[in-house]
Amino acid sequence: MMASSKLECTERWTFNFNTNMQALHTTSTSDLALSCQSVSKRYVRNSPFEKVNVSALEDISFEVNRGELFGIIGPDGAGKTTLFRILTTLLLADSGVVRVEGFDVVTDFRAIRNEVGYMPGRFSLYQDLTVEENLNVFAKVFNTSIEENYHLIEAIYKQLEPFKKRRAGKLSGGMKQKLALCCALIHKPRVLFLDEPTTGVDPVSRKEFWEMLKRLKAQQITILVSTPYMDEASLCDRIALLLQGRILKIDTPQNIVSQYPHELWSVSSDEMSKLLTDLRNIPAIRSGYSFGESHHITFKNKEWSMDALRAELEKLGHSSIVIKKIEASIEDCFMDLSPESKG
Amino acid sequence: MKQFLVFIRKEYYHISRDTWTMVILLLLPIVMLVLFGFMMSTEVKNTKFAIYDPSRDVATQGITNKLAMSTYFSFSGYLDSPDQIEKVFRSGDIGLVVVFGERMYESMMHTGDAQLQLVADGSDPNTASTLTMYATSMIVQYQQELTGDLKIPYRITPEVKFLYNPTLKGSYNFVPGVMGMILMLICAMMTSVSIAREKELGTMEVLLVSPMRPVQIILSKVVPYFFISVINLATILLVSVFVLGMPINGSLCLLIFLSLLFIFVSLALGLLISSAVDKQMVALLVSALVLILPVMMLSGMMFPIENMPAVLRWLSELIPAKWYMIAIKKIMIQGLGFSSVIKEVAVLSAMALLLITASIKRFKYRLE
Repeated sequence: MMASSKLECTERWTFNFNTNMQALHTTSTSDLALSCQSVSKRYVRNSPFEKVNVSALEDISFEVNRGELFGIIGPDGAGKTTLFRILTTLLLADSGVVRVEGFDVVTDFRAIRNEVGYMPGRFSLYQDLTVEENLNVFAKVFNTSIEENYHLIEAIYKQLEPFKKRRAGKLSGGMKQKLALCCALIHKPRVLFLDEPTTGVDPVSRKEFWEMLKRLKAQQITILVSTPYMDEASLCDRIALLLQGRILKIDTPQNIVSQYPHELWSVSSDEMSKLLTDLRNIPAIRSGYSFGESHHITFKNKEWSMDALRAELEKLGHSSIVIKKIEASIEDCFMDLSPESKG
Repeated sequence: MKQFLVFIRKEYYHISRDTWTMVILLLLPIVMLVLFGFMMSTEVKNTKFAIYDPSRDVATQGITNKLAMSTYFSFSGYLDSPDQIEKVFRSGDIGLVVVFGERMYESMMHTGDAQLQLVADGSDPNTASTLTMYATSMIVQYQQELTGDLKIPYRITPEVKFLYNPTLKGSYNFVPGVMGMILMLICAMMTSVSIAREKELGTMEVLLVSPMRPVQIILSKVVPYFFISVINLATILLVSVFVLGMPINGSLCLLIFLSLLFIFVSLALGLLISSAVDKQMVALLVSALVLILPVMMLSGMMFPIENMPAVLRWLSELIPAKWYMIAIKKIMIQGLGFSSVIKEVAVLSAMALLLITASIKRFKYRLE
């Protein structure tokens, strides 16, 4: 008799423990706006001559916290758009699990479509409708009205207001993106997906656009943004560096920069293109990349000094040589992390 | 419901702001109807004819007068020699030449064996045979008038009567065909192109990531084009009745019911096409190839189905426009009631059901 009641007791205890664990688990996941676990995607392209099997994404895993501004940084063809389409339920991944606001992208895709805002990379509004009509259509599609969530878009829409009777196709690139952002925001989404929102937009508008994103972040909207511009990476809370369908690193921009393992030098001279080949031919130099006005280089060991390099370059016929030690940027980190530099 | 209405308004903006679409949608039916109704008809009217007449007697004069008086022919002039026959055909405006034999009247009265020759331009066989048919019947008529009193026994003259279309008006055949073609063209092509446009411009991507359901997206595309088709139906009927002189012998309600059913079939076909293509150009080409050509060739509008090889005859059974044409001919021209078009209604309904189910099933709610 005694033994049996004791057993019952332990059973109940275990049961309680389990429910506690479950509760714990749900609270921990509820801080996540999005989780992506080992997602892979291959494209099979059937050309008349050969069957091409292209890997677009390989084993992508990352998590985005609620209210975070998360950047996916990578060059063209890295797989950013494919990834965004999988996250927004438009494409099915070959393997892996994606949850947005706790909903699975495969089974609960309808629930996700109610909750998120998506702005595709290509301008995807109705060009023959005016600014106001576009906004109205998208508001109604999401069962809301412009008035209801006007506070969200007010700051952006005020800039568009003078052109509200103009057709969307006749707007400038920056204006188009602002309108597209308004349309993606009008239903107060919990997660906002912006696929290359600043591509093809002038620098001033780009800056404005990022300021808007910061303001939206203050409204507790989780934002995932992809961009090929490395200078925009530092504006995100955390970034994932994406190259050829693989994530190289996920961290805050500050951490990524501070973890740069080498001393970095910038070199410039009169003949920049010859300089790059010359630099790359010097055996002591580990890497050399062109960064517009100067070349960024790292040495294989620290024995080489600035003066030795200057002497070497003067021997090769360069003049007005400037060599400076500099801090690494995200782009330097990206170059360093890419498999090319390791191979 | 609000989603739906705003979408219909959006579609209205798309159509009304694209001038060319608007022009095509509203003018194409009228232009086509007039083109087919007037220019492509095989009716003969005021065809010029010339006479080579070596006899110049009462008989030849009588026949010439009879031809010249009719509405089908108008007299152009006498030829001086048989060599001129080819020359006048080459000049192009003569459709028929009548060549009389020597001493027509005499040989007719005495030997009973007078000869004349009808020469027509065989490069257009349809017109040529119609012309010779008309001319022959008039000559036979003249002969009867002439010999009527003599009561020649054992002569059988068949009198051909074309029921429902006694004057053989071409529009009786073409108008139903053009109606079928235009409705199919507008409904199917326009819906498929407008959905393909959403895909091509990337707006479909945004619509998919929204609470809108595929059925809503589809229906909101269908409704505006349904209304345009109804307007077209009205203009087509008005033009065919008041300009082309088509009768509506049967019930107008039944005619409209059948047309609406056919419009629905066409819209469903357009949706099916749009579920398979991603580009506007492809949608346009597929519509043209899959819809217009078969409708023109296999619906019985241009070529009689009865004369086709068996394979094509079976294929024509699958063409919705064929069934629609049969049914509206029965209603408009023969003036028959519902009971005689039950088969056509059943076939069209089955097609509508099949197509709409297939297109909703096939609608992709993801990108691939």
